[in-house]
Amino acid sequence: MPETDAVTAVFREEYGRAVSVVLRTTRDLGLAEEAVQEAFATAAERWPTDGTPEQPGAWIITTARRRAVDRFRREAARGEKEAQAALARWDAEPEPESFGDDRLKLLFVCCHPALAMPARVALALRVLGGLTTAQIAAAFLVPEATMGQRISRAKAKIRDAGIPYRVPSATELPERLAGVLAVIYLVYNEGYSAGLGAPSERSDLCAEAVRLARTLSRLMPAEPEVDGLLALMLLSESRRAARSGPDGFLVPLGEQDRSRWDAELVDEGLDLVRRSLRRGSPGPYQVQAAIQAVHSSARTAAKTDWSKIVRLYDLLATLAPGPVVELNRAVAVGEVEGPAAALHIVDDLSLSGYHVFHAVRADLLRRLARFAEAADEYEEAARLAPGEGERKWLEQRRNGLRGAP
Amino acid sequence: MTQYLIAMYQPDGVVPPPEVLGPIMAKIEEFNADLRAADAWVFSNGLTDPSSATVLRRGEGEVLVTDGPYLEGKEHLGGFEIIEAPDLDAALSWGRRLAAITGLPIEVRAFASGG
Repeated sequence: MPETDAVTAVFREEYGRAVSVVLRTTRDLGLAEEAVQEAFATAAERWPTDGTPEQPGAWIITTARRRAVDRFRREAARGEKEAQAALARWDAEPEPESFGDDRLKLLFVCCHPALAMPARVALALRVLGGLTTAQIAAAFLVPEATMGQRISRAKAKIRDAGIPYRVPSATELPERLAGVLAVIYLVYNEGYSAGLGAPSERSDLCAEAVRLARTLSRLMPAEPEVDGLLALMLLSESRRAARSGPDGFLVPLGEQDRSRWDAELVDEGLDLVRRSLRRGSPGPYQVQAAIQAVHSSARTAAKTDWSKIVRLYDLLATLAPGPVVELNRAVAVGEVEGPAAALHIVDDLSLSGYHVFHAVRADLLRRLARFAEAADEYEEAARLAPGEGERKWLEQRRNGLRGAP
Repeated sequence: MTQYLIAMYQPDGVVPPPEVLGPIMAKIEEFNADLRAADAWVFSNGLTDPSSATVLRRGEGEVLVTDGPYLEGKEHLGGFEIIEAPDLDAALSWGRRLAAITGLPIEVRAFASGG
């Protein structure tokens, strides 16, 4: 592992691309990773005295490729067939002018539907994000040995099952891309739900998800849903500082100090939303981003265009129907038509295991002056809430109601 | 090229009536013809009922013969295909077709060494 600052910085930036390129030589993810790690170890020895090369990424790739080939030579000399085949491929191919970038292929492999969801998430963070197994284990609150096994089993499955390294064909692409976006969004939500006060490895997952989405957006500039997801996460990130008050309490959107929103992230997010929607093929992420954009465009909570938000939820319900979308739509309906209309929608949903369902019901009941029922619902929501900040906020709400008549 | 096992799992005891089974079998025949035309077919057949299975176990100095099947469950291996495919995605697209024809869960698994 890298130790000097120069090497560490290059590591985070170049690791994924280096693995993706060296993979062309090794055709095995485990071998490619080993070769790249050896190259970084060599860099950590040499760069402090020799200086950092002008193109550190290319230096790492060249060194790693040579390491991989050295290994094949040793194995081929012992008569290993796969190594001999790899050497033959190597000798047939001239050293390329530039190494290019195969991260897109690698991302589709890491997010292949034949792998279990936790394995996809771990692989994407490990191989493309350059996170260590220890960091990923800390982020997902599992023992390092468990995470190590999860990652090595996934690599073995890629090899043994013959999962191909390529970007899916046009017919498969929509479904497969949706799978990749789901992995990135899951990484984001894992970090988001951890909230404030959680170990930094957990909240760093949000930044990691944004980084993966930015890479994907550069590699697939023609896909509006990629930009939709990136915008959705950026607009959410823009409210990070405003989202938690003193003592780690959650501050809900309507009560946030909007001057504490990160204006740069808001601008970038709004720009992406406009750009992607202009392409005229709205998808679930673009519409969710558009909903967040309506919030981000409102100078004060009172100026929120709730009718527009209801219309966007109507659209979202046709693109990605489900009870959680209905629940969020009900909140918007509650702002336009009042709490009774919203409660009517909410009571038809079967989401009793979801804390937000109870929090929404509690708020609607409170606004209808049904305080005892509202307090019970806040209590249930607090019991189910995954994050500390959210739980504290819900408990505070309940305690406020207990004092009410 | 890698060889893949495409295994079909069916519920115990339920045998669909001929008017249902007939068209399915015809489609499986068509499927196998397409596999052959694509040079992907290695072997395919359905298995007899699991109650016809016999199990052998090595005991003290001799091999014991008992009534089968070895694995008891609510579902059993009803039949399988062995195909050749360049990668998992290609094997999955064959498997997907078989799932659509039979309505059964289909397991796709690579053999340990290539064909």
